[in-house]
Amino acid sequence: MCGIAGLIHKGKSSNVGGEMTAMLQALKHRGPDSTGYAVYGEPTDGDYIMRIKVAEAEDMNRGRGIHQVLAERIGLIEGILDEHGANVKSKDAATEYSLRYVLSHDGDTAKLAEHIEETDGVEILSMGSGLELIKDLGDAADVAGLYGLNDFAGTHAIGHTRMATESDVDIRSAHPYWAFPYNDVSVVHNGQITNYWIMRRQMEHAGHRFMSNCDSELLAVYTAHNLSKGVSLEDSLSQSIEEIDGVFTYLVATKDQLGMAKDTMAAKPLVLYESDDMIAMASEEVAIRAILPQEIDTTDPYDEEVRVWQA
Amino acid sequence: MAGVSDAELKAMTQEERVTALGMRTEQLTGKSLYMEFDPDAEERFVYPWAPEVDYNKRTELDTGDMTTTEVNAQIRDLMNEGYGTIVLKDPRGKHSIGTGILSRLNLIIEGSIGYFGVGLTDGPNVRITGRVGWSCGENMMSGTVVIEKNAGSTFGAAIRGGDLVCMGSVGSRTGIDMKGGTILVGGDTGALSGFMMQRGRMVVCGNAGKNLGDSMYDGTIFIGGDIKSLGVDAVEEEKTNLDKAWLTRKLTQYGLMPDKGVDHFTKVVSGKMLWNYDNLEPTEKKMIL
Repeated sequence: MCGIAGLIHKGKSSNVGGEMTAMLQALKHRGPDSTGYAVYGEPTDGDYIMRIKVAEAEDMNRGRGIHQVLAERIGLIEGILDEHGANVKSKDAATEYSLRYVLSHDGDTAKLAEHIEETDGVEILSMGSGLELIKDLGDAADVAGLYGLNDFAGTHAIGHTRMATESDVDIRSAHPYWAFPYNDVSVVHNGQITNYWIMRRQMEHAGHRFMSNCDSELLAVYTAHNLSKGVSLEDSLSQSIEEIDGVFTYLVATKDQLGMAKDTMAAKPLVLYESDDMIAMASEEVAIRAILPQEIDTTDPYDEEVRVWQA
Repeated sequence: MAGVSDAELKAMTQEERVTALGMRTEQLTGKSLYMEFDPDAEERFVYPWAPEVDYNKRTELDTGDMTTTEVNAQIRDLMNEGYGTIVLKDPRGKHSIGTGILSRLNLIIEGSIGYFGVGLTDGPNVRITGRVGWSCGENMMSGTVVIEKNAGSTFGAAIRGGDLVCMGSVGSRTGIDMKGGTILVGGDTGALSGFMMQRGRMVVCGNAGKNLGDSMYDGTIFIGGDIKSLGVDAVEEEKTNLDKAWLTRKLTQYGLMPDKGVDHFTKVVSGKMLWNYDNLEPTEKKMIL
């Protein structure tokens, strides 16, 4: 079933980490397997924030040797960063398998990302100047506590509670997906893509890579493909309704925008609240009311509806 | 049928009136009961098993920190104590509020509720001052539900009776599989409204999305605005005088009567060109099953 949520503040920062946690916790019943966030802080001044995982959570139960393996993988990553001339300004580890780097890098970030992901067991969750993508097994309270998201200040965020139906219960298959290698673009999705393999082959022929077998990753790759061709976010969302089959409602966030698209059948829910300074949306109103307890007016976007909001 | 006057219709027996209105009598005796609209009849939704409640005995319930189960259990307890008017405050979008109430009650919900609100009801009169989520009034059997703001998708799914009214706009698949009763919408409705509709009437004062009335078996849809497209086997039909009288009565009753009257409403019914399952030979049914 899955639950999705998004919020964007117009022209100001807020505690989007805490707000998104409250929204996702209210959607826990729609997806208890994993929880993910894409939060957008104040853009850094030329630096990149890279969120990366070097193992799956379940790998940590596979004996003492795993710690040595992780240390070797991290060593390889930092060697690659050095090789590409990236300067590591800070490094944090919320868990042993998940790290956050702040980098300065003047070269091609796509090539850097591709090189890093050649390392066995390593996946870049996100790279960008504002985007930080965090996902792990468990509910929102667990993940937010583990990764310190309850006080994350930013302009906008999207999030996801996952009920695994199409692929495994692991971090790789959890949402959001980063639109690799397009910096600061992330996607969450509720639904099923029925022409996934056809579209995936098209994307792979166009040179894109897939890290999972989760159909939702297609939307991220598809969006990245369109944006890299100069297509606007709004046009990409509209185009997706024609080209992607299935039932879906999905949200896309960029450095300063938040967009939504609903399939031709309007089969997956989304409740929308709009005010002059804030927009919030979620699979269920109860998630919006978790941050706006007062009486509010909400609407259901219709079939084939596409909307984009500016931070 | 358009030439039949109200006076003539009133003078007819129910069976004659059904025929005059172009409705099929079908061979449904003993299987289902089709209630024909009578302009002179008053609508009553009183059942012998209804608990003795007094509409003047009123109480309020602050539901902000209660679970859905607690709220619904509290409603039943209060009804057993004879409360006929219950006001729920601060529901905060909770799901399944007010479901399964099978007797008379005046239920007022001050705020918005989530999915499957006031479904499976048989008798209560409900007023909701906020918005409702998906599947409000699902399988409602009798009574009235009035929502003052918008509603989500599958509004009145499989409704069997009563009046389900949304003053604002509703989502997609409104009245899907409806088997009776009336759905009234003050604003717009989304795609596939009236999908597989079997009986009853749906009135939308605004626009309708694509595939309106797709695969409908029977029943009637009235649309006041534009129809994006008709679904498979849905066809337009001329309104009768009785249709207009009924529309006027219902829309006036709920304060939804447009300034320009009801003449502009488009009537949509089933073309009845799709397979009728009941007419299939046993061997054909077996193949389908």
